[in-house]
Formats: sequence, C-alpha cells, structure tokens
Amino acid sequence: MTTTSRPQGIHALRRPRGLGQDGVFRLTLRVVAVLIVIPVLWMMVDTFAETVPVWERFGIPGFVTGLRWAPSFTIYGALPFIYGTLLTSAIAMVIAVPVAVLIALLITEILPPRARTWVAVAVDLLAAIPSVVYGLWGLLVLVPVLRPFEQAVAGTAGKVVPFLAGPTPGPSYFAAGVVVSIMIIPIIAALSREVFAATPRLQREAVRALGGTRWDVIRTVVIPLGRSGVLAAIILGLARAIGETIAVTMVIGNAPKIGASIFSPGFTLASVIANEFNEANQELHPEALIALGLVLLVISVLVNGLAILIRQRFARGVGRVV
Amino acid sequence: MTTTPIRLQPPPVEPAPVVSVSAASHNAKMLEPAELSVELSGVNAFYGSRRVVRDISLPVRSNAITAIIGPSGCGKSTLLRCINRMHELTPGAHVEGRIEYHGIDLYAPDIDPVAVRRTIGMVFQQPNPFPTMSIHDNVAAPARFNGLIAGKAAEHDLVERCLRQAALWDEVKDKLKAGGTSLSGGQQQRLCIARALALEPDVLLMDEPCSALDPIATLQVENLMVELKRDYTIIIVTHNMQQASRVSDQTAFLTMGDDRAGYLVEMADTVEIFTNPRQQLTEDYVSGRFG
Repeated sequence: MTTTSRPQGIHALRRPRGLGQDGVFRLTLRVVAVLIVIPVLWMMVDTFAETVPVWERFGIPGFVTGLRWAPSFTIYGALPFIYGTLLTSAIAMVIAVPVAVLIALLITEILPPRARTWVAVAVDLLAAIPSVVYGLWGLLVLVPVLRPFEQAVAGTAGKVVPFLAGPTPGPSYFAAGVVVSIMIIPIIAALSREVFAATPRLQREAVRALGGTRWDVIRTVVIPLGRSGVLAAIILGLARAIGETIAVTMVIGNAPKIGASIFSPGFTLASVIANEFNEANQELHPEALIALGLVLLVISVLVNGLAILIRQRFARGVGRVV
Repeated sequence: MTTTPIRLQPPPVEPAPVVSVSAASHNAKMLEPAELSVELSGVNAFYGSRRVVRDISLPVRSNAITAIIGPSGCGKSTLLRCINRMHELTPGAHVEGRIEYHGIDLYAPDIDPVAVRRTIGMVFQQPNPFPTMSIHDNVAAPARFNGLIAGKAAEHDLVERCLRQAALWDEVKDKLKAGGTSLSGGQQQRLCIARALALEPDVLLMDEPCSALDPIATLQVENLMVELKRDYTIIIVTHNMQQASRVSDQTAFLTMGDDRAGYLVEMADTVEIFTNPRQQLTEDYVSGRFG
C-alpha cells in the first residue's frame, strides 16, 4: 500500500464558524467567575447598607477605634474585638506553624513509610472534629491543664512584662489561641506534607550523593522548594483562625474590653457576634454587631492579601545571596 | 560549626595490585596489573525480592575511565548506585556481595555511608543543580553539608577551583550570584560536576551524564572527563557506545538475563571490547545488531 501527499483545500484549514469548543469553554468559565464574585459583592454592599446607622452615629474611625462596648448605653466600639481577633490568631499561629511544619517534616522525611500513613491519618482526623467539641474540650480539659503553666509564666516573666501578667482566671486570649492552634495544626500540616512530599527525588538524591544527611536534605531542598507552598498552607490556617467562632466563644471569657495580659479574658469579632446576636434588642445593637461582621470581613481580606503578597515575594527567584 | 569530616582514606601504603579473578568474574579479562581503585566481587542488587543485578565482579582501575555499557534496564545505573551506597536509600532496596575501595569493604558495618558518598562522588543523568541556590552556592553546598571548609575566602577559592576544573569558570565567573538553573543544560551538568568535585572525592560516578545534553555540550563533558582522569577515577554509565569508545579506558558490557537481572558479559580494555570482543553477545551489541 502506498500513500501519497494529498493537498488540502482552504476549507479544511479555516477557523470553525461560531465560538468553537474552546470559545464555549472560555465563555462558561467567565460566567462562572462572575457568578462567584456576585454573592461576595452583594454581601458586602448589603452588610454596609444594614449598618449605615452605626456609621452615621459613630463614624468609621470612631467605631473602629472605640474602646467601649456598652449596648445598654448605646455605646459601640469595635477595638476590643479587633484586638482579640488579632491576638488570638497571632497566638494560634505562633504555636501552630512550627508544630505543623515539624509534623509535616516528620511524616515526609523522618518516619519509616509504614508509620507515615498512621501519623498522617491521626493528624487529618484532628481536622474532622467539630468546632463545638474543641470548645467543650478546651473549656473542660485544656483550660485547667493550662492553669499551672499560666501561673508559672505570670509569676516570673509576668512580674516584668504586663503582657504576661496575672491574674489567670482560665478563660483567656491565651486559652482561645491554644485551642485555635490545635484546630489549625491539621490544616497546615496536611498541606505542608503534600508540599514536602512533592520535592523532586532527583533533588533529594543530589544532596545524599554529595554526602548530605537527612537534615541537609530538609534544609537544602525540602524547605527552600516548599516555602511558597507552606506559606499558602499558613494563609489557609490563618483564615480559619481569624474566623473561628464557637470554640473561641467557649474559652475566651467573653469580656468586651481590651485585657492587658494574654491571660485576661477577652472577646473576638466572630465570637461576640455569635454570642450576642440572638439577644440584641438594644438600640443599634444588631446593626453594631453586623458592623463588626463587616470589620471581620475587611480584616480577613487585608490579612489574606498581605499573606499572599508575602508569599509571592518568597516564591520569586533565587533565595540566598552569597 | 565545623566538624572534622570522616573520610575514607586509602591506606598510606600502596597495596599490591590486586587483580583477583574470582570464579564469578571469569569473563573479566585479565587487565594489566595497575592499581585498582574500586573492586566489585559477586555484587547482587535487589529491589525488595526482585534481583536487578546478578553476581557482577568488576575491577576498576585508578585514574582511568571505566565505562559500563549495555541495553536499557540491564542494571547499569543500579550497579553504579551500589558503589556509593545510594542504592540502599530506595525503600526496600539492598545489596549483596563485596565492594572494596582500595581494599576497604564499603559495606562493612563500621563504614559510614555518608563518608562513602563523600569519597565517591556522583553526577546524575539529569542535571540537578539546586534551583534555589546561586551558581556559587551550588558549588559550595557540599562543603557546607560536610563542614569541610571554614571561612568565606576558603569557600571562594574552592568554588573557583572546582568551576575551573569543570571547565565552567570562564562562562560563569561574572554571574556567580545568578541562579544555578539559569544556565543552559550543558552548563548545568558541568556545574553539577563542579559541585561533585567540591567534595574533593577520589572516585567520580557518572550516570549517563550526557544523555540530556546536545552534541556540543556532550563533547565538552567528554573532554572534561578525559581531563579529570588525571586526578580522579571515573566510572561512567552510558548507552552511547560511541561515547564509551571515545573516552573510556576499560569497558564492561552488561546485559539482561532470562531472570531480568543484569549480568556482566565481558569486561576488558575498551579497544578490545570494540575491536576484538570475546563474547558473541558483546560483538552483536557493539556492532549495533541489538540493543
């Protein structure tokens, strides 16, 4: 059998009429993209509209920097809750990030293959526990367990640094931060694990063939190549920490003021909304709580935006300079 | 932190040339009595229970290039990875038999595999510079792993020396801070050779170092290998027969047996293998009749 070259006419080479397959696909994606954005914008606009009386009464700076929250006197200031949200999230991240990254490294780099699966499953299970269970466990188990530690810190460093001073009533920013850290460890650990496990084998072998140890593998290729992915994991954990509501409400002490010490009871934006909205019957009280929701939304967007910027910076180009 | 690295030193007294021809290596032609650097006797390599290298014995001469040739899947790379104890890093993999380096049993219980890898450097098939490091840091990396050097000045000297040895210095001396992966493929491979040399090894294992390179880069690496054999013992795995005949002094031909494990058909001086092979299998392979 022989084949000959058969020239094709112009009609065989023309673009198809209409959108074509790719065109339809592209259009569909655009429509979906717009549909995703609509509810978010709607939510922001609607929330803002609901809260206009609050802004008219206190002004945006006045509300955001207001230190006092006294619904019975129609005085609403958001700062204690903003402070509480940022502080508990910071405590949670300080604890969770190193622990989660170490767990991920342990699973991918140190443990024998069989143990890896078991530890990984155990950590993943932590993510499946409902918030309210964490809250109960935090209140009944963790808070009493943390007491001696808190007292020790307050009795030593706390004598010099007011931020660590007593008294240590139990429910506090610190307790909330610890509970939230345990809730976000599995999120950060699971994602970091995937990132570390994706380190190219050739890179690992390069280190080993040069007489590197496992530790050299970790510091030379696993962490530098995984940096950007781990930052993405941290961003997700942070978003969860900022928004966590029920568990925090149960262990933070629900005090609408700025506590001087991390061992003082406080409140966060999310937990005050959950806690007070049902019984908000004072003048402007529901509107003020919705306004706190708007502040929470803005903080989430700002913090995540910042984290994404940091991540992009880290992901760029060659890291170390000679 | 500087630690004195433990390196495998050849015994100070030159050992008598050992060209042992064990029963297993009866096909290894007697080589002229030169000093042996690495000697494999009855080496078997396994992945789990599957044997991929069967009973291979190879005498490797010092300051020479030994080529290991053979069809794909015949265990050439695995055999190479046994020599610097990389094979055992694969989960479930293990090695049987004896591999000696100047008379030292590399698999003896008191031998540190990390020290073996420092003494016997390796270059991989795919250039694998560290992508987050500069050219300079890539070459300095092994010294940093092993605490071989203290001080910036000594480090710069080492980097320059190794890049010169790898015939890369003139091309990169003005951009040492550029990323290691910003170089072309051939330059990256020479960077990896420089990096391996920074260990100040005695033996260099090269696993198809040119298979990802274009002909010009290949020629550069081949010329480099010939340069390097003055100071190093080189073992190269290649399935490019022209390359083996161009650069190597002795050649081992492996093929796959019925049990799908690679075995040694014949080993001799390269000229012998390519002009006057003793085995029909070798002749068929080097003349291109199969493989």
